[in-house]
Amino acid sequence: MRVILSNSSPEPIYEQIVRQARTQIISGELTEGALLPSIRSLAHDLQISVITTKRAYEELEREGLIDTVGGKGTFVAVQNPAFLREKRMKLVEEKLQAAVAEARLLGVGPGELTDMLRLLYEEEA
Amino acid sequence: MSEYALEVRGLCKAWPGFALKDVSLALPRGYVMGLVGPNGAGKTTIVKLVMNLVSRTAGEIRVFGLDSRAHEVEVKSRIGFVYDEPAFPHDATARDIGRALGPFYPSWKEERFRALLAEFGVPPGKGFRKLSSGTQMKLSLALALSHDADLLLLDEPTAGLDLGFRRELLGHLSSVLQDERKSVVFSTHVTSDLERIADYVTFIRDGEVVFSLPKDELRDGWGIVKGNGSLLERLSDVPVRGVLRAAWGVEVLVADVAAARERCGPDTVIDRPSLDDVMVFMTRGDRHVDAH
Repeated sequence: MRVILSNSSPEPIYEQIVRQARTQIISGELTEGALLPSIRSLAHDLQISVITTKRAYEELEREGLIDTVGGKGTFVAVQNPAFLREKRMKLVEEKLQAAVAEARLLGVGPGELTDMLRLLYEEEA
Repeated sequence: MSEYALEVRGLCKAWPGFALKDVSLALPRGYVMGLVGPNGAGKTTIVKLVMNLVSRTAGEIRVFGLDSRAHEVEVKSRIGFVYDEPAFPHDATARDIGRALGPFYPSWKEERFRALLAEFGVPPGKGFRKLSSGTQMKLSLALALSHDADLLLLDEPTAGLDLGFRRELLGHLSSVLQDERKSVVFSTHVTSDLERIADYVTFIRDGEVVFSLPKDELRDGWGIVKGNGSLLERLSDVPVRGVLRAAWGVEVLVADVAAARERCGPDTVIDRPSLDDVMVFMTRGDRHVDAH
């Protein structure tokens, strides 16, 4: 798991960890069953408080992305394909939302934005 | 085994011209607490009371669930203590001091002590008086870290140390915390030392605990709202912890950033407070604002 923290970001530190771990799990960079660092060793590596890493892991557990096996460690959870697809769709939605917000600021309407999207989509294919 | 490394309840101490008033705090085992506050707020007095170096007027102190006076010997053998001005016999060398103090600790690790002296750059054969104040502190830290203490109780341990070494020390503290039974209490007026690894922050002012909270609650739940004079009216039902007035307007430290954002709208600037900011608001800011 790779985590890079920003102290100047308005996003709370635990959320930065959750977001980065979630992206790596959903993208498959962290594979099912991969062992994650313990709460305390992650706090040590990042030089942050144990409470913060604990909260991040609790959130990832709640989302069903990781499992803690008592005495063995914390692992990337076995993912149900439908569930994974849903998560990845949510990621697409979030990125589109960001694009919509930026377009609004520039006064770009839904028609023009859709055209741009279509163009980009076809370029990629 | 108690789940708390340190519990202080209703602690009072009266000195001529200074009083510690009804101090209560609790540190769960496995975590770091920072004691912050201006010089003279009472941080050192609390630390000395925990070590039973001075007598208290009232109150209860438990370390690992044990009464700190009834079980003084056991409690002290499990605490790694650093005093803000380390004091040892002038001519004693680091080696002598280790040899003299080691036997008091059942789990003294002589090799670890020597390794830490080498790592910290403390000459083992030089008299204590001839060491610089920073090196005296490093020696004191090496002692505290050499007997596998369950609680490190450090009073201003970074005083006189440069930034590079302070970082190194924080690394050592977080290594100690890899063992979830170990805890650290760290008093300082240099809040940037705590910004990173502290789990809890206890703020002391004029001998009283102003707050004792998880640091993330401060970081993520509090905010500094900036605006003109009408801001205080809009924030009338939001918990305000301090106000700073400037030529261009006011800055308000609030303890509920979500409520403040709701009252003020998305265009208002709200910054995340650093511990330093909180200190400044609480020591220099206008405190009589809750009446609004």
